[in-house]
Formats: sequence, C-alpha cells, structure tokens
Amino acid sequence: MGLLSDPVRRRALARLVLRLNAPLCVLSYVAGIAWFLALVFPPLTQRTYMSENAMGSTMVEEQFAGGDRARAFARDFAAHRKKSGALPVAWLERTMRSVGLEVYTQSFSRKLPFPDETHERYIYWAKDIIFLVTEHDLLGTEAWLEAYHDVNVTGMQSSPLQGRAGAIQAAVALELSSDVVTSLDVAVEGLNGQLPNLDLLNLFQTFCQKGGLLCTLQGKLQPQDWTSLDGPLQGLQTLLLMVLRQASGRPHGSHGLFLRYRVEALTLRGINSFRQYKYDLVAVGKALEGMFRKLNHLLERLHQSFFLYLLPALSRFVSIGLYMPAAGFLLLVLGLKALELWMQLHEAEVGLEEPGGAPGPSVPLPPSQGVGLASLVAPLLISQAMGLALYVLPVLGQHVATQHFPVAEAEAVVLTLLAIYAAGLALPHNTHRVVSTQAPDRGWMALKLVALIYLALQLGCIALTNFSLGFLLATTMVPAAALAKPHGPRTLYAALLVLTSPAATLLGSLFLWRELQEAPLSLAEGWQLFLAALAQGVLEHHTYGALLFPLLSLGLYPCWLLFWNVLFWK
Amino acid sequence: MAAPLALVLVVAVTVRAALFRSSLAEFISERVEVVSPLSSWKREWLKAFHCWTWEYLHILEQYFMKVSFCHPGWSAMAQSRLTATSTSQVQATPLPQPPEQLGPQTPLIIYLFHFLIDYAELVFMITDALTAIALYFAIQDFNKVVFKKQKLLLELDQYAPDVAELIRTPMEMRYIPLKVALFYLLNPYTILSCVAKSTCAINNTLIAFFILTTIKGSAFLSAIFLALATYQSLYPLTLFVPGLLYLLQRQYIPVKMKSKAFWIFSWEYAMMYVGSLVVIVCLSFFLLSSWDFIPAVYGFILSVPDLTPNIGLFWYFFAEMFEHFSLFFVCVFQINVFFYTIPLAIKLKEHPIFFMFIQIAIIAIFKSYPTVGDVALYMAFFPVWNHLYRFLRNIFVLTCIIIVCSLLFPVLWHLWIYAGSANSNFFYAITLTFNVGQILLISDYFYAFLRREYYLTHGLYLTAKDGTEAMLVLK
Repeated sequence: MGLLSDPVRRRALARLVLRLNAPLCVLSYVAGIAWFLALVFPPLTQRTYMSENAMGSTMVEEQFAGGDRARAFARDFAAHRKKSGALPVAWLERTMRSVGLEVYTQSFSRKLPFPDETHERYIYWAKDIIFLVTEHDLLGTEAWLEAYHDVNVTGMQSSPLQGRAGAIQAAVALELSSDVVTSLDVAVEGLNGQLPNLDLLNLFQTFCQKGGLLCTLQGKLQPQDWTSLDGPLQGLQTLLLMVLRQASGRPHGSHGLFLRYRVEALTLRGINSFRQYKYDLVAVGKALEGMFRKLNHLLERLHQSFFLYLLPALSRFVSIGLYMPAAGFLLLVLGLKALELWMQLHEAEVGLEEPGGAPGPSVPLPPSQGVGLASLVAPLLISQAMGLALYVLPVLGQHVATQHFPVAEAEAVVLTLLAIYAAGLALPHNTHRVVSTQAPDRGWMALKLVALIYLALQLGCIALTNFSLGFLLATTMVPAAALAKPHGPRTLYAALLVLTSPAATLLGSLFLWRELQEAPLSLAEGWQLFLAALAQGVLEHHTYGALLFPLLSLGLYPCWLLFWNVLFWK
Repeated sequence: MAAPLALVLVVAVTVRAALFRSSLAEFISERVEVVSPLSSWKREWLKAFHCWTWEYLHILEQYFMKVSFCHPGWSAMAQSRLTATSTSQVQATPLPQPPEQLGPQTPLIIYLFHFLIDYAELVFMITDALTAIALYFAIQDFNKVVFKKQKLLLELDQYAPDVAELIRTPMEMRYIPLKVALFYLLNPYTILSCVAKSTCAINNTLIAFFILTTIKGSAFLSAIFLALATYQSLYPLTLFVPGLLYLLQRQYIPVKMKSKAFWIFSWEYAMMYVGSLVVIVCLSFFLLSSWDFIPAVYGFILSVPDLTPNIGLFWYFFAEMFEHFSLFFVCVFQINVFFYTIPLAIKLKEHPIFFMFIQIAIIAIFKSYPTVGDVALYMAFFPVWNHLYRFLRNIFVLTCIIIVCSLLFPVLWHLWIYAGSANSNFFYAITLTFNVGQILLISDYFYAFLRREYYLTHGLYLTAKDGTEAMLVLK
C-alpha cells in the first residue's frame, strides 16, 4: 500500500519500468525459457512417491495363473474376428459369461459433423470391476461413459445400460495388439490436457518394478543417471513430448475420456518391437492384478497426490508450484509491455501525472479519450467476427463446398478453415480511421495495449487449466506480440508474427513432435499431417468436446489478428 | 439526447434477448458469481405459490429443504469438507443448516412473480432498462446541480487562482448521463445477472429510483423507494444517511447540531422512511398471515447460514470456523457494511452523491451474499467521476486485477468442481483478490476526490515551506 500511494517511490518505480523496459522484457523471456529447461534437473524434478496410505503400506501377492487361458482366449478372439470381419460380439458374450461374468451389450449411434475415415480399431479393456470392450475408437467408450453416468454431453444416442456398479474409482485402459509384449507404454494425457492423480501412475510404476517389466513413457525408456548431463537431456525429450501431447488436448487413449467424469485413469499399451526379451500375458496379468488389488484397498477417491504435474521420466515429476513460474515469466513480458504503453499513453494524455511533477502549462485534457476507445471498437469487433467465422463456417459450409468443388467433406472443412484463416490477414487492417492529428501514435498504442492484456488474460487462463498449451503458445506468441509496432523493420516483424501465429505453431509442433520421436517428417508429410491434425481438431471438438479448436478460433486467432492490425496501422 | 439512449436500450435488450434464447442462459443462471441463494430465481419456487394458502407453506418448507440440499454448491462444500477433514487440518464441523422456513425471497417479490411468472424474461429486461433510465435522468439532474454550484463558487471566488484546468465544462459533462446508462446496460456483469434472472436486478432498480427521487428532491418518494430497497435486501439501510444529506443540501438546510430546521427535516424523513417500511412489512404479513418471513429473509441475510461459494468474503471463512465462534465473527463481518457510514458522513458531508457511490460500493463488497450484479451498480457511476481520472493512481493495475479475477472465477471453479484438480482454496484466493481489488479501487476514487477538493481550494501548484514543489501524501 505504501508503494501504491507514496508518489516518490511510485515515480522511481515508473522510471525504472520505462527506462529498463526492453532489457527487463528480454530478461524475463529468457528467464521463462531457462526455468522451463531447468525443470529436468534434480532439485526441480523430484522422485515420485506414493502418497495414498491405503495403497502404500499394504503388501499384495499376485497369484495370477490364467496366462495360458488368456493366451487361448486371445487366439480365439483373433480367429473369430478375422472370420467375421468385425468385433465378434456374440463370441465375447459367450466367453465372458462362461468365466462367470455378468455380460451386457450396449448399442450406440452418433452423427459426426463430417465423415471421418481414420478410425482405427482396437480392443479396449477399461476395467474397474467392470470389463469394457468397445468398438469404433473412443466413441464406444464415450457412449458407455455417458450411459453409465446418465448424462448426454455430446449428443450421442445409445441404448440404456442394463448393468451398473457404483461410482468408478479408477480405470486402466489396456491396448494389446499381440499376446507377447516387449514393453508397456503408459499414457496419462487426457481430454483437454487433464491428467490422472499421480498416485495411479506411481502404482503402475511400482508393479512394473516389482515384476521386472520394461516400462516406457512417451515411448522413451527412463534414464538411470540423473547426475550427469545425459539423464536430464533425455528427460527433456520426454518432457517436451509430454508437453506437446498435453497441449494438443486430445485424449491419448480411451482413458482420456474417463478423466472428465472424475475417474482416475491411464492407458497401457503393449508394445511388440524387435527387442530380444519378450513378456507373455502372465507378467502383464500379474502387474494388472497387483494394481487392481491395491486399488481395491482404496477407501475414497485418489486425492492425496498431485493432479497437476509434468513428467520428465516415469519416476520423476515436476509439481505445479515449480513449473508455473516458467509461464509466469513469459506472461510478465506482456505485463511489462502493457505497463509501458499505459504510461506512455497516460503521459501523452494528462501531460503531467503529478501536479508539481513537471511544472508548466499542461495540455488541456483532450476529449480524445472517448474517441480513442471508440476507434478500438471496430478492429476488436471485426477480428472477433473473423474468429467466429473461423469457428462456425467450416462445418456449416461443407455441403456448399462439396457441391461446388471436387472435394470430400473432411477436405472441404480443412480447406475452408485455411481459407478463412488466411483471409483474416487481409481483412481487418484497413478498417480503422485516423484518431487524432496531434497524437497519431495513440491509436495503435491503445489497440496494442488492449491486445496485450487480452493475450495475457487468455494465456494465463489456459496455462492454469492446461499448462503445456499455455506455455507453448506463450513461448511462440509473446516475442512477436511484444515487438509488434507500425515502425521499424515491418517486414521482419510481419514474418515473425506469421511464423508465430497459432496455425504456424501447430505446424511447428508437429515437426518438433516427430523430431523428438526420432521419426523426422519431410515437408510434404508434415503438411499432410497438419491437414489431418486440423480435421481431427475440429472433429474432436464436435464429438468429445475438446476445447483446443474453439480456444484457437474464438480466442487466440482474433487476438493475434489485433497484433497484425497494430503492425499495419497507418 | 433521447435518441442515443434509445439506441443503447435497443442494443442492450437485443443482447439480452439473444442470450436468453441461447444455450448459455442455463449455464449462466447456475454460476455462483452471478446468482446467490438470495437472488436466484427458481421457477419452481414460484410455481409453488400458485395457490396462496397457509397449507401450501408446509409443502414449501419441505421444498426449500430439498432445494438447498440439491443446490450445486452444497455438494461442492461437502466435497471440500471431506478433503479438509481427511487431511485433518480442520476439525469436523457440522454442515451449515439449510434455511428451514420460507425461502430467502421476500414475500412481495414472490407475490409479484406469482403474476409475472410467464413474463420473467421480459420483467428482467424491463427492470434493467428502468434502472438505466433512472440513473440517466438522475445523473443529468445531478450534473446541472454540480455545474450551478461550481458557477456559484467561482463567482464567490472560493477557488484558488490557478485551478482553471480543474474546472469542469458543460462540454465534457454533456455525455456523462449517456455513459452512465451505457456502463450499466452493457456491463457484462449486468447482462449476466439479467440473463441469470437474478433478483439483484430488481434491488438495483429500487436503489436507482431512490437515487433519482432523491436528486429530484422528492423526500416522500425517496423514503418509499429506500424503504422498498431496504425491505428487499436490508443493506440499503445505510443509504439513508447520504439520501438525507442530499435532501438537506437541496433545501439549503445546514447540517448543524444546533439548527432546528435540520432536526425537524431529519425527523420527517426518518418518519417517512420508517412509516413506509412498516407499511410494506405489514403488507407482507397480511399476504402471508405469518411473521415467518422476517427470520427467513433477514435472518438469512444476517446470520449467513448458506455457505455456497460466492464472490464475497463470508463463505470460506465461516465454512472453516468452529461453530461457537461464528456468532462473534458474523457480527464482526456484518458490521463492516454499517461501520464506515459515520466517518464517511463526516468527511463527505458536502458531497452526498459521492458518499452514496462509496456506500453502494461498500455494500457490494461487504454484504453477505454479493453477486456481480451488485458490483455493476456502483460501476455504472464511474463516468460521473470522470474528472477524477487524472488523480487516480492505480486505475490501470486495478482494472486489470478486476478483469483477471472475473475471468479466473469460472476457470478455478471448473478446476475445483469439475476437474477436481484444484480445491476451494484456489477459488477463495480469487475472491480475496477480487475484493482487495475492489477496495483499492474505491479507496483510489475516494483519495482522488479528496485531492481534487484540496487542490480546488489551495491551488494546483503547491510549494512547500522550503520552496520546492509540495506533494500530497496519504497517511
């Protein structure tokens, strides 16, 4: 409060912010990035530990002996499936009943906003006391979850469930494509970047260690040596992969849909690679049995451990308190820039902030304050309308597009998306009018001020719910946003702004992702993947309620257009 | 000037009508920031009043019990308690008791909606429009008075010689009433609370009409509207003092303890106020043939039994407190609203409308079940104090804080209730920041006002004793 009301100290602070603004911004940005990179080093990344008493102290002895039977079932299943070409529902029903389970089937239908050809078929076993076998990718899981909880959030039509248990405490989705595995890969990232309680992962890891199973995270083995540089570097790769996956907001495995219903869940994928040593179903069965028996001890929901974390390795984590400063430093750049602009605007307006500060006649308060605000309304409305068009038109206009152009619906959606996106660059920047003759800079400064605050607000909110997405967008958008102004090397700024626009960030992320997976993309492949990702993004928004598409089209794209507008201010 | 006002009204009504028709309406009407248990308007509650008989009250009693248990906030609180007790940070305290008798709506409101139940959307749009129109004409009149007073003081040479730039001109004052209406009607807070059909909008209308009639100088109508506002939400009781001060000023009666006219007028105004309050309360009694509504409504406001999270300061504090301290702390918390009235009345004796603005803000911050609709009412007054702009110190930072908090409310609520990854502390942290932001904003305005008054009489360019430029410091 002293700082807020004492004029002397205020003036000193204001001078500091104004004079050292550029170095402070650079420092803050660098600090943000450096903080993020430092997350993989031991003091910041900690060993995981089991917080839940009910699962930690008790011992479990696995007695899983059904390995042979499981193998036989698996072979039978594969044979039946090959014969019928679809999921052998009748056989499954018969077999499951024969081992003494209650069996129910549920049918569902869902109208997709546009046809999609890329559904893969897996068998998912999401099991609590419940064995769930579903069809049609994640749609089956969603249909079952909605019916189980008796809600309808995505417009799915399905038959009601005949059997129900109580509230589900945890779920493990199992994806096995063969009856022997070389390693198990675990996926935690759910819809909209939601993560399960860290204790569930700890549980899995405990049993992997106990059974000597080879476990991977993001397809990477965990580094053993954290004291030298190699361990952290490898951890950084895993961390970046996790950030990219979480930022995408896609459910990476059918566990991702459970999280929305507050059921802690993860997906285990059986990997069968060319490695020498293979595990059979007994080892996998033992690990699963152990996990379920420990979960059986739970008295209440998993809540002791972290919900917000990053994983540089399976046994290492970074908690929210330690990674948030990275995003904080990046957002500070926007705050500093906004403060500087505000002070410049304020000085131009009032002449002297403190009566007696700078003596002499001040400029009489111009009525331009109102005009300045009014002139911002047009660019704001236009860019927001562009965003709305980007959100609504592609899916609405697909039929028109397919009638007039030789494209399929999915292609039409993606191409309309790109067309509107590009059209936005040409549209808004000739709408504003001259604000006042005496202070020509005020117009763009006010617009940039609004845009900076708008961006900082959005990134802050996103970083709170999905840190990875917020951080990724902040890393790319902040420098260009801070630099944008209608003077100086405009071509350079324009290039930088285009390179850091949301779509370019998506493209870049795809390349980075494949690079980290050690499967680099060629340009043409990258482009194809980019188009597919756009279609998937729109589709997942409409089918599961993924929020990335509306966030980008209704929030960040209009905001980015404002900076584009600032750059081409006349 | 009527045309722009009409345009603003049309835009405001269009926005509201569109939102009423959209899928967002239901979402908004369940936001804890927008509706409190005191202002939420449930169609079912009012349906139950279709037959206005004594027997019905019993059914209603049970109904309210059910409603409060089914209220989304309750499960949230129960959840947070589970977490709190399991980590054994807090001793187990019994869950707050749901209101046992009549719902926390005043009988007249329920009676009113008994007839208007099918036109609720229209009613809430009209109340918003009425509030804006009342504020528009009130401020128009107020500006005339301010200008006249300034002219008088200029002619009497009361101002320091170098304050020409502080003198207000008709040019800059011309659009203020329109801006006030605009600020009220297009404020997202007002729109949200209208779409949520929060009865806060009706309270705001009553307060706006109280201000209008006070500024127009009609002591009788002013007392009636103040009584209605008090009847509705109790806290406007504190507006009695600024209302009285303004009416006294208007009639050129000096505020002096020895002056007889002062005592006579105060007595008259107080009697009109108490009289109308008694009439309204008796009317409610005859409607209901029972006094149950007094503990149900005012007891509910004062003793804060419903701890559904909201944007105020009460819920978290009382959810975490040992039962046997709660009476003491309820008194401490409630006294905040009433406590500042007397010092403010002494300091702002000459400026009752500014006093009223500060008091409305204080009510919005410290009342037991605040919603964003209350905040919107005092925000509508910001254009009236445009001339203080150059003296405001932290307006940028504080505006940012309030915007950030408004956005973080739903985000943290989502993390707490739906995602389960955050807890009540996160949400409460934001309510704290929001309220600190509001308090700092109001004190910034207060300080700016005092500074301007000081400069007007002492001159803008002060020099200290040693010849250097002087500075005003708030201590």
